[in-house]
Parts: sequence; structure tokens; C-alpha cells
Amino acid sequence: MRKVLSQAYIWFLLIILYAPIVFIAIFSFTEAKAFGNWTGFSVKLYENLFTGGVNGGAALILAIKNTLLIALISAAVSTILGTVSAIGIFNLKGKKKRTIQFLNNIPMINPDVITGVSLFLLFVFLHFSQGYLTVILAHISFCTPYVVLNVMPRLGQMNPNIYEAALDLGATPWQALRKVLVPQLYPGMLSGFILAFTMSLDDFAVTFFTRGTIGLETLSTYIYADARKGGLTPELRPLMTLIFTIILVLLIIINVRQERSKANKTIR
Amino acid sequence: MGKRSNWAIPYLIFLILFVALPLLLIVVYALQDGNGGFTFDNITRFFTDSDALSTFAVSIEVAIENTLICLLLGYPAAYILANKNLNKSAVTAILFILPMWINALMRTLATAELFNVMGFTLGKGTLLMGMAYDYLPFMIYPIYNVLLKMDHSYEEAAADLGATPVQVFRKVTLPLSMPGISSGILMVFMPTVSTFAISEFLTNNKIKLFGTIIQENINSSMWNYGAALSLIMLVIIGLTTLVLGGEDSEVEGGTV
Repeated sequence: MRKVLSQAYIWFLLIILYAPIVFIAIFSFTEAKAFGNWTGFSVKLYENLFTGGVNGGAALILAIKNTLLIALISAAVSTILGTVSAIGIFNLKGKKKRTIQFLNNIPMINPDVITGVSLFLLFVFLHFSQGYLTVILAHISFCTPYVVLNVMPRLGQMNPNIYEAALDLGATPWQALRKVLVPQLYPGMLSGFILAFTMSLDDFAVTFFTRGTIGLETLSTYIYADARKGGLTPELRPLMTLIFTIILVLLIIINVRQERSKANKTIR
Repeated sequence: MGKRSNWAIPYLIFLILFVALPLLLIVVYALQDGNGGFTFDNITRFFTDSDALSTFAVSIEVAIENTLICLLLGYPAAYILANKNLNKSAVTAILFILPMWINALMRTLATAELFNVMGFTLGKGTLLMGMAYDYLPFMIYPIYNVLLKMDHSYEEAAADLGATPVQVFRKVTLPLSMPGISSGILMVFMPTVSTFAISEFLTNNKIKLFGTIIQENINSSMWNYGAALSLIMLVIIGLTTLVLGGEDSEVEGGTV
């Protein structure tokens, strides 16, 4: 009885949580411009999305490209910076360690608006003209802490002597890093990278404040401007549906694989 | 070792330049007039600006209500998800974080549209529902993590010593899950106070929250007043973090 009630509660929450997403997905299969109008089944919006489309689709595609490019660069730089720093922080002691960890926690606790405003003031103060570079720098600053946080536990689990052993055996520090440390830290780096990539993709407020006036649009700022004008670009519906489907499939694949490798291990 | 601790130096410089200095600049700009002279006017202006004050009050109210709703809905969910007898699959837990991969603005707009179609008038009610929908995963996840790692022998011991299930929950499970609850509160309360755009979408511009006021001032080049409002926001954040114990409330880096 308890089990049935629990399951019912979980599914009730999930249905509520997913209702808007299902709603987007359903209305991605109709041509109506206004969200919520059903004018019969059609895959026209999907076609528009891939061909550049009629309803200002080119601007949308540019926004998607910007979003992906910014997320990719920010996540890659954050992963390298975060991993190297995690190794450094791990080897620090006492007050220095606490200070840098405290600073590292700030971007994660700070609300986006504050991060955005503070970086905006920084760029104004330094007379740094705002655009791609400032957005990427801003994204690196709030993504790197997550990489550090994901790599640190790996360092704790690692045998500290193998790096020294590699050096003793004649490896240069660079070789030791590449051949010894990175393979050991890889899972932490990967989850850090994925988290950084997601944070960057989903960011709105920080981008909004640091993109300057050169007309740089990411998906978030595009949607914001669109909604303010009243009426969303209809092609956003198929886009969101596609993104969601891809992520769902990826997660299912990852989980099935994990379950399988677990099962294999227990058999052995 | 010795040498490898130097690897943190570039990041330390980066953090000082892109985290510490910008926060310091908020304080500097907040205490300056348009010509760069020192003044407290921006701060005092907030306390006489009835529009900003009422927005501030509404933001705190909405944030507290949203946090409570998320806690009441999220705790039982986290409890069930972390309990091996009630829930066997880890996939169900993942389903709760999956919607976060959909652009938050898009999700919010879809929620607002769904409310419209269902015939709700956009206002305070839809704001709270929509916000709970946006932030529920942030409450569930930390509590779920803590409950999952919890040593269940304490609960069994309490039950063996004659505690009723309600007593076990109140005296053992709940206190042990406090770190998760406080980081959940932190992760819901602060973004709610400072959110901008989301509240306008969910209420059809009827209710705006503190983040919007900051954004409006910065965007209309009122940098000093915008900075002063941000400073007030920072003070609230500092206080909340202190109350909830900043030490153990560090955000868990989740894996996919």
C-alpha cells in the first residue's frame, strides 16, 4: 500500500513536471503561429527549422550556432583550467586552500543576476568592449567551479605516489600529467565538462549582461527578445522537442550501458 | 608536492579578476554618484523608493512561499526516490532533473501558455505554480543525495529500540537530512529572489521581482543605482548563507 501511494505520488509529480514539455512537443506538429492553436497535423515547422525557414529562421539558426560555440569553448577552457587548478588546490594546505575554495564557491552560490551585473561593471570599469569574448570569459568564470568540484574527489581517491613514480622514472611533468594524471581524472573531467556545457547552454542572465550592444544573440536571449515582442518564433517548438528527445535518448543509452557494465562485473 | 600547489596560481588570479574584483566593483559603484564622487545616496534612495521597496517585499514573500512549496513537495519525493523499498530504479531520479536541460525561459513560456489554455488567469497563483515547477528539481536533488548516502542502521537501531515510524522519522531521518534541506533551501530561495524575466512571463507582466528592477536600472544606464540594488541583494545572500551554515551547504557537483 505504501509502495503504491509512493509510486503514485512520484508519477503525479512527473506528469506535472513534464506537462509543459509534452505541450511543446504536441504543438510542434502543427503550423499555427500562435502557441496553443491547433490547425491540423503538419511537419512544416520541422522543415523550416532545417531549411532556414520563413519566420525569421535564419536569426534563430545563428542564435543556435552562437549558443553551441560559446558553450563548447567555455566548457573546454573550463575543463582544462578547472582540472589543472583542482590538482593545485588539492596540494595546497591551510589558509591558502580555504581562501581559494571560498572564492571557488562564490560563482555557484551567487544568483545569475548578481554575477551578470558584477561582470558587466568589471568590463565597463576596464573599458573592455563587450561581445563574444566577454560572454565566453563570463561563462568560464561560472563554469570552472563545477569542474573543480567534480575533479577534486577523484584526486582524493587516487594514489598520490604514481605521479611521483612517473617523474622518478624520467617522465617530464607534462608527460606525467598526460599519461598518468589525466587518465585517472578523466571521469571527473568528463562530468565536469558536461555540467559546464549544460550551465553555459542554459544561461540567460549572465549572457544578457555581458554581451554588449553588438547584437550577439544566444538561444536564451533570442527567446527573451522574442517573448517580449509577443509571440514566440514557432520554430522554437520543434527545436525544443528535438533537443529534449536527443537528451532523453542519450541518457537512456548511458544508463542502459551503466546497468550492463554493473551486471557484467557482478557476473565476473 | 610543493611545486604542484603552484598549479592553482593561474586560477587564483582568474578568480581575483573575475569573481572578487567584480563583486568589489558592485560596492564601489553603489557608493558613487554619476561623477565618481563618494555618496550614500544610492542606498538611501532605495529606502525611499516605494516601487523598489514593494518589489523587494514581494520578492522575499514569493521566494519564501516558493521555497516552502518546493520543500513540502520535494522532501517526500526525495525520500521515496532514495528509499530502496519504495523505488528500485535510479532512472526515476534522473527523470526529475531531465527537464532542466530544456531552456528555462522556453519551459517557463510553455508553462504560462499551458496555464492560459487551461483557463487560469495569470497572476500570483500561476507565478507560484510555475516557479515551483522550475525549482523543484533543485530541492529534490540535494535532499535525495543526502538521504541516499545516509547510514540506515541508525533508523533500524531506533526502530529496534521501540521508536514508532513517526518517531524514527522525526528524531533520526529528518535531523540527518538537514544538510540536504539547507542546501536545497539555498538553491531555491536565492535564485527566486533574484529571478528576472521568469516572473513577468508567468504573470503577464503583472508581478515583477527584484532581479527585474536591477536589470531595468542597469539597462537604462543607471549603473550606480543598479549596483546599489545588487549590493542589497548581496547582503541578503550573505545573510541567508550564514543562517543556513555556509560550511556544509556546498553545492553538490552532480554527475549525469
